[in-house]
Amino acid sequence: MSAQNLMTLEGVHTHIGAYHILHGVDLRVPRGQLTMLLGRNGAGKTTTLRTIMGLWKASRGRITFNGQDITALATPQIAALKVAYVPETMGIFADLTVRENMLLAARSAKHLGQLDEQRLQWIFQLFPAVEKFWAHPAGKLSGGQKQMLAVARAIVEPRELLIIDEPSKGLAPAIINNMIDAFAQLKASGVTILLVEQNFNFAKRLGDTVAVMDNGVVVHAGGMKELAEDEALQHSLLGLAI
Amino acid sequence: MKAFDFDWKPLALVPLLALLVLPFIGSPSTWLTLTVAGLAMGMIIFIIASGLTLVFGLMDVLNFGHGVFIALGAFVATSVLGAMGDYTGSGSLWVNLMAVLPAMVVAMLVAAAVGLAFERFIVRPVYGNHLKQILITMGGMIIGEELIKVIWGPLQIPLPLPEGMRGSMFLGDAAIEKYRLLAVIVGVLVFAGLLWTLTRTKIGLLIRAGVQDREMVESLGYPIKSLFIGVFVVGSALAGLGGVMWGLYQQNVIPQIGAQVNVLIFIVLIIGGLGSTTGALIGALLVGLMANYTGFLVPKAALFSNIALMMAILLWRPQGVYALSK
Repeated sequence: MSAQNLMTLEGVHTHIGAYHILHGVDLRVPRGQLTMLLGRNGAGKTTTLRTIMGLWKASRGRITFNGQDITALATPQIAALKVAYVPETMGIFADLTVRENMLLAARSAKHLGQLDEQRLQWIFQLFPAVEKFWAHPAGKLSGGQKQMLAVARAIVEPRELLIIDEPSKGLAPAIINNMIDAFAQLKASGVTILLVEQNFNFAKRLGDTVAVMDNGVVVHAGGMKELAEDEALQHSLLGLAI
Repeated sequence: MKAFDFDWKPLALVPLLALLVLPFIGSPSTWLTLTVAGLAMGMIIFIIASGLTLVFGLMDVLNFGHGVFIALGAFVATSVLGAMGDYTGSGSLWVNLMAVLPAMVVAMLVAAAVGLAFERFIVRPVYGNHLKQILITMGGMIIGEELIKVIWGPLQIPLPLPEGMRGSMFLGDAAIEKYRLLAVIVGVLVFAGLLWTLTRTKIGLLIRAGVQDREMVESLGYPIKSLFIGVFVVGSALAGLGGVMWGLYQQNVIPQIGAQVNVLIFIVLIIGGLGSTTGALIGALLVGLMANYTGFLVPKAALFSNIALMMAILLWRPQGVYALSK
């Protein structure tokens, strides 16, 4: 493993029941950078994230994180390595309040008084809705507010890696801009981020490196800047005509 | 958006049902007697059902063998109380409690230990398959009943109320059985304890979160299986406690005592919304009241009345009165 890579996937295959979804994914996630995972619907992006988190087990291949083989680890063990995951569905506990959602994500805190106040203030500055609706049931939040809570929950404690699945999906442009600002600040704080995205404009404003998936394999990996500047490559990889 | 957006309508069903039947019963004292009896029965059913609703909500496990823990609790109570005749024979309630409380503790410990084994060997191999869960847990209950017959014999065993718990108190003309009041108090204490745990502790938060999205709880770093085993064991212990209460309520115990209550428990869970503790309380109180009112007004309809109640509730709220967000 290269010292610059926080996480690597080598020849990862995943089966879900009778279906063979990932066909040997090779992916490198450089430390301290924001890696975009792009691809059409059904390319295998979400399956890749879920396989990393151990929610679906890799049937072949190897996943290493910080030099440790995590392929066979259970999801809670992977999370304990300071890996946070925000699924496409956001995974908000709707019947719990916003503060209860935050408290749950802080594994070291038994009650609200044990949350890191300074970090909490930083999160409130990134996502003001979290502070505004602190005592409200999370299920009553709008889609954008839920997404903010999902990301805020993921960073309530310092993390080595943030894995986020389609954070801009279904959000209004104003909220998307808010999310982009928040991710830029998160990136500047030094956290490594792996982000699945369908919105190429979102992706090119944030990504340092990019991997493009198709039919369960990574078909392109490189710098985001190069892909953003090469319209022909975008068209061939993503079917985009920008 | 209000900060505390609690849905109060289902809570109103309990007083509403009680008030609706008052004109049909006629006599306020009879109504009060029946209402307290119904609440007591409801509270015992709630104690039994509270663990089961969390087990279903947390792991999607349909445990039709829950009745065996009820039976076990009741039979353990016959042994413990039988051995403490000096205490149960006293006319003092406090002396009686010195026998009943140990009986409850021992019943809960035995039911918890058997629950641990039940989860490991019967439930765990069939996660994710409802049909297998129903078949194997019912099979487990049958085996459990047979083992109870081996230990305590196949015949009915009397479980008389301790002296100080017998008889009634009078509120005006209304006779209120002392034991039923005690059952209400125990039920309220169990509900308060559960509510406090679920809303004021981190483990409670985890259980509530796990009921909604267990995969996300795992992604946050918490092993849901350990949590589930804990809930299953506590649920079994509560069923054991409910078994003691139910056995004393019936004043005799048979190996099938759990199976007899099983149907009522599932009616309660369906009315309450699977996975909801407050829903289970509402469902249990409604079932207890309905059984007592119809038993008095239309005895022939008593068996059918709770099914009718469940149907009416489901027409109003198809997921139960407190459906959880999944």
